[in-house]
Order: sequence, then structure tokens, then C-alpha cells
Amino acid sequence: MKPHRSREPGLWLLFSAGGTLTALLLPMLVFVLWVAPSLGWMEPLTHAAVAPLARHVLVRLLLFVLVTLSLYHWAHRFRYTLYDGLQLYHLNRLIAVLTYGTATALTAVGAFIVWG
Amino acid sequence: MGAPVNPAYRRYHPKWHRDRMPIFWWLRQLSYARFIARELTSVVVAYAAVLLLVELRAISLGPEAFDRFTAWLRSPIPTVLHVFALAALIWHALTWLHLAPRALVVRLGGRRLPDAAVLLGHYAAWIAASALLLWAVLSA
Repeated sequence: MKPHRSREPGLWLLFSAGGTLTALLLPMLVFVLWVAPSLGWMEPLTHAAVAPLARHVLVRLLLFVLVTLSLYHWAHRFRYTLYDGLQLYHLNRLIAVLTYGTATALTAVGAFIVWG
Repeated sequence: MGAPVNPAYRRYHPKWHRDRMPIFWWLRQLSYARFIARELTSVVVAYAAVLLLVELRAISLGPEAFDRFTAWLRSPIPTVLHVFALAALIWHALTWLHLAPRALVVRLGGRRLPDAAVLLGHYAAWIAASALLLWAVLSA
């Protein structure tokens, strides 16, 4: 029999790296991009100002890593929220496929948008 | 017979007893509800990731698409939604940073760094990262 290698540590690592990166970056990013301009506290960004920034290779890399880790952070946490919160023990496999599958599919879309 | 759905299941193994729990067990106590609320901040994290992709796509499509995106951002429902999203993300950041000293054992010169120092380091990183982001967007 082959020894059973758990995928759990790898998934937990993605979850925890995502948790830290999103905690450090997302509050300010959401405030400065989507909240402050809408409330009139800041001038809204113009395309001319934001396009060169979004094309910069370091910004692209950072955003791609942030988006990917955010998605796997969600997948892992949401999976166990359904598992513990709604007690869906019998659907364990299905929930894992749906959550990590969604994160993987959206990461592919993200790669297309950021690097395509 | 296909492969068992649950890998931990063994045939002929007697079932363990498990008390039936109502679905909304976590509404019974404030601490349980806070736990579920903390876990559900991950939904907002995923939403922010998707919206970032939408914004990047709008930027690469050109000025018209970007203007449509910013006009949508300024309409009432997205505005209110994003204020709540921001609150949820701040809650996520605070709860996450306060868990860090429990998860992270830093040893320095053979001694464990006290929890307060680890927490302080994380807060410093949070402030530095936020300041950097603010500066990058404001100077754009």
C-alpha cells in the first residue's frame, strides 16, 4: 500500500499565506479604490493615471499573487465553515472539489486577465 | 461497488454516536456567532479578489470600459456594499493579526519572542503596507 500523503499542509499553507497577505493589503486597497472615491473623499482615478500603474510588472505580479492567495484563502476557510457550521460531514468531498475547484478556475481567469 | 465516498469509512466499523445538532447551533452563543462571522469574512476576501480582476480587465479594455466601471462603483448599492466590505476586511485583518502570535513562534537568541512583540511586528507591517499602497495610488 502506498503511504497516504495528506494535501492538508499545502492547502493550509495557501490559506495562511492568503490570510496574512489579505490582512495587510485588502483593507487599504478597498478603501482607496472603491470606498473613498465613491464617498467623495478622494478624486476618482482616471484611466490615464491608473493604466501605466496596472501595466507595471511588479504591480501585476503583486496583484496576481494577492488574487490567487485570496481565492485559496476563501476556499479553505469557506470549506470548513460549511463543514462545521452547516454540519455537512457527508458532503466533505463534494465541498472540497467545489471550493478548491472554484479557486483554481478563477486563478486561471486571473492569469488570463493579468498576463494575457 | 465503487470507492467509498468517505476515505475514513471502514466497512463493518460500528458507527460512532454523534449528537444531532441544529443547523443554526452557532446562533446560540455570541462567541459562536463571532466565530462564524470571522470565518465568513473569507467570502468578502474572495469578492475583493474577483472585483480586482474586473477592474484590471476594465483598465485593459480602455478608458470607456474603465469609466463605466467607476460609474458603477459610485452608484448607491455598490457604495453601500463596499463600505460593509471594508468593515468586514478590517475585522478579518484584526482577527488574523491577533492570531499571529499563537501561530508564529519566533526564537531569538534561544528565547521565544513574547507574543506582544510578534503582534507589534504584524501591526507595523500592516501600517507600512497600507501607507505604501496609499502613497502608490495617490501619486498615480
